[in-house]
Amino acid sequence: MGFAYVEFFRNMPLLVQLFIWFFVLPELLPRSWGLWLKQMPHAPFYTAAIGIGLFMSARVAEQTRAGINSLPRGQKLAATALGLTTAQTYAYVLLPMAFRIIMPPLTSEFLSTIKNTSVAITIGLIELTGEARAMQEFSFQVFEAFTAATVLYLLVNIVVVTAMRVLERAIAIAGYITGK
Amino acid sequence: MFESFDFDVIRRSLAYLFFDGMTFTLTLTGLAALGGLIFGTLIALMRLSGLPLLGRIAGLYVDLMRSLPLVLVIFWFYFLVPYIGQWLTGSSRPVRVGAFASSLVTFVLFEAAYFAEIMRAGIQSISKGQPAAAQALGLTYSQTMRYIVLPQAFRNMVPVLLTQTIVLFQDTSLVYVLSIPDFLGAASKVAQRDGRLVEMYLFAAAVYFIISCVASFGVRQLQSRIAVMR
Repeated sequence: MGFAYVEFFRNMPLLVQLFIWFFVLPELLPRSWGLWLKQMPHAPFYTAAIGIGLFMSARVAEQTRAGINSLPRGQKLAATALGLTTAQTYAYVLLPMAFRIIMPPLTSEFLSTIKNTSVAITIGLIELTGEARAMQEFSFQVFEAFTAATVLYLLVNIVVVTAMRVLERAIAIAGYITGK
Repeated sequence: MFESFDFDVIRRSLAYLFFDGMTFTLTLTGLAALGGLIFGTLIALMRLSGLPLLGRIAGLYVDLMRSLPLVLVIFWFYFLVPYIGQWLTGSSRPVRVGAFASSLVTFVLFEAAYFAEIMRAGIQSISKGQPAAAQALGLTYSQTMRYIVLPQAFRNMVPVLLTQTIVLFQDTSLVYVLSIPDFLGAASKVAQRDGRLVEMYLFAAAVYFIISCVASFGVRQLQSRIAVMR
């Protein structure tokens, strides 16, 4: 099930997925639901948020799986020996460690989430790239509009990278791989 | 829910979808992957050259490209390429560039940044002894790279390069923002002309899904075969 979920979301372009959520889903649902979806205010925003969220969740799932797999087997065995249930083992032992290990790839997933929001321009959401495009169309100032968008993206990137690095250092456990 | 489905619209547009759309998508993917690999390898070599200025430039280029969304880069180059052409040919007006050429330049330059990082990892995975031995044999730097380091780096990275190419294949759908008829663009054109959004988008999704699935399965097979060989 998890495998199918990940494969489903990873093997389709994000753009196609957004189209399906935005154009196809309301038609396939029962009539009244479809109508409600279409008439919802800010529909492109919610569609993009949920669509991109699902798309990225599949990729984060892969990273987390890699993180959990990279933990020594003894941790899980020790947790079981202490009498923790499976849920407790994951919540208190495996996941806290796995998340610390996958912090660097998680940072880049976070960055690509920000970049992927620009795909939402195709379903009519005016985000940063869309705003730059609109500016350029009104004023014919191609370079100014796109330079502004580029600089803003770079700034957001720098902020995220710095914040994640601070977070990484703050939650690092001394003496462990991640806590150099 | 599916009772009003019109499969005929898909059948009628199959020829257009595959001969025009898919051909565009696949040609763009293939050429962009090839160009990206060549430029990417050059950038990786610049980064590892040990010359501070070259390394700095290559690093900046990779960081810049990797922190911008592809859609924005597509728009950038769509407006920039005519001016670059004007500058290169020295003509008095911006050069007229077709949709294909413009998107090809975009994808080559954009993917070069990603391929550069892969090739850098590949080159760094070669043990230090190899270039040292090549130097001891009296090979020049370019000979060392051409005959010793790059072939091995390339072979080690083939699965990763192919995976990146699959990602590239999916990303080419973004040329939709320039209304270029790639596979998705063609599907969406038919969809809007005939008012058959549901059928066409589901069909396009299924085609992308099947191709990517088969390709990544092939890469996985290749990976296990290479792993056994080593």
